This record gives sequence, structure tokens and C-alpha cells, in this order.
Amino acid sequence: MSKLIFELSRSGRINDQLAPAAPPAADIDLALLRKNRPLLPEASELDVVRHYTRLSQQNFSIDTQFYPLGSCTMKYNPRAANAVAMLPQFLGRHPLAPEETGQGFLACLFDLQEILKVVTGMAGVSLAPMAGAQGELAGVAMIRAWHRSRGEDHRNEIIVPDAAHGTNPATATMCGYTVREVPTDGNGNVDIDRLRQVAGPRTAGLMLTNPSTLGVFEERILDIRDIVHAAGGQLYYDGANLNAIIGKVKPGAMGFDVIHMNLHKTFSTPHGGGGPGAGPVGVAPHLLPFLPVPMVMQEDERYRWLHKIERPQSIGPLSAYMGNAGVLLRAYVYARMVGREGMTRIAEFATLNANYLMTQLQRAGFDLAYPERRASHEFIVTLKRLKESTGVSAMDFAKRLLDKGFHAPTTYFPLLVPECLLIEPTETESKETLDAFVDAMQEVLRECRDQPELVKSAPHTTPVRRLDDVRAARALDLAWKKPVTS
Amino acid sequence: MPFIPHTAQDVREMLAAIGAPDIESLFDEIPRELKDASLTAVPSSMDEMAIMRLMAARAQQDGHWRNFLGAGAYEHHVPAAVWQIVTRGEFYSAYTPYQAEASQGTLQVLYEYQSMMAGLTGLDVSNASLYDGASGLAEAVLMAVRLHKSSRRILMPRSIHPVYREVVSTIVRNQDIDLVDVAYDARSGLTDRASLEQSGQSDFAALVIPQPNYFGRLEPVHALTDWAHAKGALVVALVNPISLGLLVPPGQWGTGGADIAAGDGQPLGIPLSGGGPYFGFLTCKAEHVRQMPGRVAGRTVDLDGRPGFTLTLQAREQHIRRSKATSNICTNQGLAVTAATIYMALLGPEGLRRVAQASHANLVGLLERLNRYGVRARFPAPHFHEAVLPLEVPAAEVLQAMRATGIVGGLDLSADYPELGHAMLVCTTETKSSQDLDDYAKALASALAQSKQPKRA
Amino acid sequence: MTVPNDRKYAETHEWARLDPDGTVTVGITDHAQEQLGDLVFVELPALGKSVAKGQECAVVESVKAASDIYAPVAGEIVAVNEALSDSPEKINEDAYAAWIFRMKPRNVAELNELLDASGYEQVIASDNA
Repeated sequence: MSKLIFELSRSGRINDQLAPAAPPAADIDLALLRKNRPLLPEASELDVVRHYTRLSQQNFSIDTQFYPLGSCTMKYNPRAANAVAMLPQFLGRHPLAPEETGQGFLACLFDLQEILKVVTGMAGVSLAPMAGAQGELAGVAMIRAWHRSRGEDHRNEIIVPDAAHGTNPATATMCGYTVREVPTDGNGNVDIDRLRQVAGPRTAGLMLTNPSTLGVFEERILDIRDIVHAAGGQLYYDGANLNAIIGKVKPGAMGFDVIHMNLHKTFSTPHGGGGPGAGPVGVAPHLLPFLPVPMVMQEDERYRWLHKIERPQSIGPLSAYMGNAGVLLRAYVYARMVGREGMTRIAEFATLNANYLMTQLQRAGFDLAYPERRASHEFIVTLKRLKESTGVSAMDFAKRLLDKGFHAPTTYFPLLVPECLLIEPTETESKETLDAFVDAMQEVLRECRDQPELVKSAPHTTPVRRLDDVRAARALDLAWKKPVTS
Repeated sequence: MPFIPHTAQDVREMLAAIGAPDIESLFDEIPRELKDASLTAVPSSMDEMAIMRLMAARAQQDGHWRNFLGAGAYEHHVPAAVWQIVTRGEFYSAYTPYQAEASQGTLQVLYEYQSMMAGLTGLDVSNASLYDGASGLAEAVLMAVRLHKSSRRILMPRSIHPVYREVVSTIVRNQDIDLVDVAYDARSGLTDRASLEQSGQSDFAALVIPQPNYFGRLEPVHALTDWAHAKGALVVALVNPISLGLLVPPGQWGTGGADIAAGDGQPLGIPLSGGGPYFGFLTCKAEHVRQMPGRVAGRTVDLDGRPGFTLTLQAREQHIRRSKATSNICTNQGLAVTAATIYMALLGPEGLRRVAQASHANLVGLLERLNRYGVRARFPAPHFHEAVLPLEVPAAEVLQAMRATGIVGGLDLSADYPELGHAMLVCTTETKSSQDLDDYAKALASALAQSKQPKRA
Repeated sequence: MTVPNDRKYAETHEWARLDPDGTVTVGITDHAQEQLGDLVFVELPALGKSVAKGQECAVVESVKAASDIYAPVAGEIVAVNEALSDSPEKINEDAYAAWIFRMKPRNVAELNELLDASGYEQVIASDNA
């Protein structure tokens, strides 16, 4: 660990060039003024720059390593998108500035709305949600609002496959629903017979990802649609895996009533160490009135905002302004660069890369969770046998991959497959990178057999070795405290 | 093909290895009737030069303005170092730090951020951020209800940002939570005591106290905090982080201190950017930490006993607790938080205080100038850096006239607060020079004079 | 570890022991603590709280999971093991000694609806299959 910025602090060090002196606030009551200084470091600009630059060097990133995190779509973040989003006029625009002064900005957002509509096959799109989970919240809230508008609010259940991402049931609960789980069959698909039993008069909807979190296409999606619709429920599409089908299949065509997209996945906006993302929602015609506000509309060649006052049935706003504008601009630039021709190729090459990697890894001796199925844009390797024979777990394996210079794939998700690695290469990686990854995986496999202790105690070459997360949770240390000097 | 590196030979070799005749065959599990993906309506692809030309034109069309708008998003000077570091690939293109050993950079930044925010708000712990101030307030409300355990009523002063109140409503609507409006006093622009007492007659889980409030006024936070605590309720502070360089922090409000503090961190080094991405901060007293939503980084040691950082308390989060999670939230606003941390490190306690003082001083200076033109603030001093200006003509007309001089003059309040009549909310930060203030006052006076002239037939 | 004979078991991995003073002491089994991993926190129920049989009344949290504990019989919480607040790992060390809470049962006969040691052993066996 590097020193904390607080430990580089020296009392009295002030960067005058960043904040010139200012008169005190004479008209504010003393009781409302701060008496003691906040716990912020006093460090020179050079110290700060050096400190945070050094910290950045302790990270793995797409710009530095192959990052095959399943379900995260770690594709290259085009620098052009960043350059454009940081044009000073865009950066300097206040969200509430008049529409007349933002026609360029609004044009970009309107265009993005339209592109997303076409790509997903939905009748309307709102760019308001600030993340995938917020998109899910909006989607489920719209379903609820729709049922309520038809006097069907007694429907209080949302069906979720047991393979679903945790945000799905968490979202359902946040919207006041009870969660009913349906199991997955041995082939990786939702158990249709069980679904028939669970769907009924209390069903408000079903949340589904397709391809599923297991990396395979839900082959009986049309049957699922029919069952849920026949029961009077709505079909929700979790767009986390859109990269697998974009340009090939439209969620609208699969029968989904409402969808969310993750622009920080499919549209390549930066992951930024955990965010920000953007989770636009798309709907079928009957749900249009409920879309979250604000949205952009075009009228006589001019662009303007649509707020709740013109959309009285909208579920309302989800943020103080209009969502993550900077993320939306980056997604827009990506969408325009990729264009109609490139949009189809995304899924094609993501799928080609995944199937190639899957084949090569199987040849190298790894067990696949669904060896009979095609990979979508991702696939699952299970290390269950390896664990049984050598004691090396998926977690150990993942940590050793870090030593080989690769970020590990997703581990232990989905929960259904024991000791799993969920691997998603994305379309921006070359064949050589994939081959190098296969080589590294093989090396680690050999090490598991010949030197299992080396793998079990990995990583060895990262800035820190394996961290004690039990201690982190038991002896909570979440904030630095100034040491008391005697 | 943009961003796809494969050559024809690569494709051939890969298909051969897979044993597939062509790429299309890899999609053979998908029912044929679903494979329509007509994209004719999507514009054709553009190379980098073309897209930059297009976007430069659009940016130019929008132009630069002298900005006096606040209303929750504030223009402060962002030191050049901040975004140069934040956009380094190792920060920009890193993922959530689930593999802690490969993410010590991000995790240490989060730990430092948490430490700074906890300290700034005078409380014990912070999470690694939420999406923005408004949705953050919704999460704080949900947290207060979970902690209080018996009441599901929340007192929400109307002196809180109107869209924040709407967003909270959108998010908590389906969870049986009662958001109770509390009026503001028409003369002082502060939360009205009588209305508060009345709402407080039934049990409530929390009182939300804004500081400064939406009108820029400073609420009597000590009295309000003690009042709420005496009623057995929690206090959620909704605060502006720059103002905390100058004002008493929530942890020191009243005798017991606020329980939870929330707000938008945008003023800390994040440009206005058309509305986002910003970030919501959430801090609280140590005893409430297990009900705090969102990611949180903790310090621990590695196998060799060396200190390091990891995400912790994940059992509360959606990926583990699923339907019983504290929230469905997954992302934090990583990049934005990194920027804020670097900003706070560069400014330090003295720099932050100066920015707050300069912003305040500029408002005082602006009001003095406006006084000379006969325009007075609607509410009495003190304000932080925003004030409501009553006008004799619709704000929309005034603002339009001011635009002719390149000034975005403030926010028309008539839609959200019709009871204030013609009025607008004006904000000054440290970015405004003496000349800017002169120009503003002159432009406003001129706009008012113009509007008052009888219209020609 | 062999499953002790001196108490009853729920399918949800709680154990329940009737003590001479008529109270029922509750904890989680060794199998449960093994599945959970190192425990980091125990959320104890409130004293005096009335719970129905099968109602969630406590939570045990490890790094990778947070599990609800269900009341094996209906009754009132009369004691909680405060020592677990500082040292949740006591449950990992000896799950059958580290009790979590004690209840005054509404109807002692409800204990007969629970599994005995061999019945619970079968639950473990099918879990491991």
C-alpha cells in the first residue's frame, strides 16, 4: 500500500494557485460556521499529482490488460468518445440552461434515443436512468404503473430465474413486489414447465436476460413470452448481455415489453473503476406513457425537453437533471462511429471470439458448463473437478491469472454453476490476445497439478498479496482517523 | 471495422478451430423468426475525423455562456490536474474493484474519498457513492426508515430542491412510505415552524434538513436537529459539499448531530457537463453502517501483513443478499468520485474554505450592485451563494433579454413556486469576477427596464 | 462433527434445545457455519420480541453470504448472546456451544415437529449430494 494522501500532508501547505484568498463571511451567524477544519490533506499540487498517478499504476484496466469479465463487456473505450464528451461547450453547459443554448447537445441525445429504439426494436426510449440497476427500477416501476392503471395492482409477484443477477430480485423488492424464483434446467434454459406453474393471476411480470447469465440463448423465449402474457404479466428484458445479439436480434422482436440497456457495457462507455454508467429503458407502445422523464423530443427541427407536466403518467424523474449526460455523449459517439454497418459486427465478432476461446480452452483440458451449447458472447468454465482433485478453487485460479498479467474472468457468478469462471472476451480483442490467454490458462492448470500451493496462495506479483476480507468485515476500518498525538 | 481487429485470415483460422462454416452458423441456436435486425434507420458509420467534425459543429452551435445558474449544479473552477489524472487509462478503463489485489489504486482512492467525506460531513463513515444527490436522498430516506423501524413517515421541507423531492417520490413510491410536505415561511424563506410542529404531531422516522436550502438560505440546523431528535426521529442532512468548507457540518448539528448526511458531490471537481455524471454522497454515524447502501471500501492486511484495501460489507449488497439487499444499487460513480478525491486533496481545508467564502462574497457583492438598481433579494440575509430575486415581470422575459449579452441569468422559479410570483434564483461562485458581477447587474436592470416598456401595437 | 443428540433441528439448519427451565435455546449447526464461511457479523433479535414459528428473527453474515435465521418454534425472545457481537467467530469455532438466542416457547409441543439428529443428518447428506 502506498502512503495515504493524509500521511503526505504537512500543516500549512496551501495551493494558492488553485484558490485565491477570499474575505470571511461576516454576515453568517457564528453558530452556523465551522469551528474545526475538515479532515482534508494539505499537500502540494506535485505531491497530489504524484500520489494519484502512482495509485493509478496499481490498477489493472482495459487499457493495460485483457479483461475477460463475463457479464461486464469490457471492450475498448474509444478515446475519441472521451475527447468529444470533454469539448468545453459540452462540459460547461448547465443542465437547466435554456434549450435554445443547447440545440447541439440535445440533437446528440435525440439521435441516441432514436438509434437505441431501432437497435432494440422498441417503440420509445428514455435516457434518464443513471445505471443498469436504475434502469431496472424504472422498468419494473413502469410495469407496476401499467397494472395499476388497469386496476390490476393486486398482481404482486415478479418471477425471476434462479440464475438471475442479484439486481433483479433486489429491484423487484424495491418496487414492492414479492419474488418468485423459477429454476433453470440442465441445458441452461428456464424450466418451462415450472414457469407454467408459477405464472398466474398474481404475476406482474418476469425479468429475463437473453442470452442468459449462463451464456446461452434462451431457446424457448417465444414460449416464455406466451406463458407470461397469457397469465397477464409483462416481460422485462435485462440488457446486460445485449452485446451478444445487438444487430442480430431485437429484444422487441422477442416479445419483451420493457427493456433496459447498459451503455457502459454494450456502448463502450468507460467503467471508471465502478461507474458511472447509464441504463436507458425502452418500451413497447402500451407502456410509452410511463417512461421516466425527461426525454428529448423534436418539433419543427428544434429539440426540446419533455417533462412530467406533458407526460402525466410518467413514473417521474430518476435524477435531479437528465441522467448521465457525459456517458450518453460517449455512447453516442461510439454508436455513430460504429454505425449501421458496424452494429451487426459487434455481436458477430463477440460471438466468434467467445466460441473460439471456448473451443481452445476445452481443447486445453477445461470443463465447460454447457459443452453441447454454442457460446453467446460469453461462456462458463467449471473448475469443480479441479477443486476435487487438487483443492484449487476458482478463486485461487483467478488470483493466479493476475500473476500472468490477465485480469481474471468473473468468478462464482452465476451461483448455479460450482467453481465457475464466466468468460467474455468481447469483439475488440484480437486472436493473438485470446491465444495468449489460453496459454496462460494452461500454465495455471499445469501449476494446479504440479505446484498447487503456489496457486492457492496467489497472487504473488501484484502490489499486495491476497487480502484478508474476513478481517476487513470484522474489524471495520472504513475511514482514516487522525492519530491522536500525546 | 471500427474497434474490431480481426483480419480475414484470423476469421478463417478461428472458424476452422471451432469447426463452423461461417460466423452466421454460430447463431444457429436462435430461432430464425427472431433474426430480423433491420438497422436501416441507424446512420451509416463515421470515421473519427467525421464524428469530431460533426460534434465540434454541434458544440460550437451551443457556444459558451457566462453562467449564473445554480439550483443544485454549481460551476466551480476545476483544477487542470484533476481530469488529466482521472482520464488516465488505469483509472478510466478499470472495472469495479472486485479483484482487490488488481485494483489497489481504485480501492485506495475510494478509502481516501470515504475518509474525506466522513470528515467533511463530521460523521463517522461514508460509502463509495451513489448515482447523484437526488437518488442518494431517496436511499437516505429508505435507510432512515429501516433504522427507525416503526414509522414510515418522512418530513420533507418544501425548501428542498423540487426535483429531489420528485425523485424521492419516484423511487420510494412502491414501498409504502409517506413523504410529508412541510411549508416554508414566506418571509424568511426557511422551514416554517408551525407547519413543522403540525407534521410532527404523529410519529415520523426522519426530518430532512437542507443546508443551504434551495433558496440559498441558511436553516437553523441546530434547533431543527434537536427538535427532530426530541421526537424520537432521525435527522437526514442534505448538504452542499463546498459549503461544508465554511459551514458547521451535519455531525455537529444540535446536541446529537445528524444521523445521515447526503447530497450531490458535483461541486467537488466535476464540470457541469449538461447534467451528469455527478455523484451522490452518503455518510452516517458508525452505528448505522450496516444499513448503509452502496459499495464501501475497507482497509485490511494481506498474507504478508501489509496493509491493503478491499470492498467490504458486501453481504448487504444486491449480488449477495438479492431480494433482501439494502438497495438494488450496483454501480458507484467511480470516475466522478476519483475526480472529487483529487479535487479535495488539491484544495485542502483552506482551499475549500476559500472557494466557499469567495462564492458567498460574490453573492453579497452581486446583491449590493443589484440594490443600486432597486432589485432586492426576496429573503433576508444570510444566504450561502444563491438568492431569490423577485421581479416585476416574468422571469422568462428577463432571462431571454439577458441572454443577448451572453449571460445565463438564473432559474425561473414560477413553475415550481408559483406563490413567489415572478421570481428567479441566481447563483454566484468563485468563478465570477468583479466585472462579471457589474455586467450582470447592468444586464438585469436593462432587461427589467425593457420589459416594463409598453409593448408597441 | 457428529450431530448432537440432545437437541432438535430445522431443515433450515437451526438447532433448538429445550432447557430444564422450559426455555428453548437456538443456534445454527456446524454444517451451516461451514457453508457460510468465516462469520463477520451476527444481527441479534430484539429482547422481548414475539416471533411466529418460521419467522426470520436474526441474521448471520459472512463475507460471501448473509443468512436469515428462522425461529424454530413460536415464542418470545428472552435472552441473546451478546458475546457474538464482538466475536461472531465463536459460531465457527463451536456451532453447538455458541448459542444465538433463547426463547420462551408458546407451545413446547412444537419442538416435536422438528427433526432429530438422524433426520438432520439426512438433510446434510442430501445437501452434499
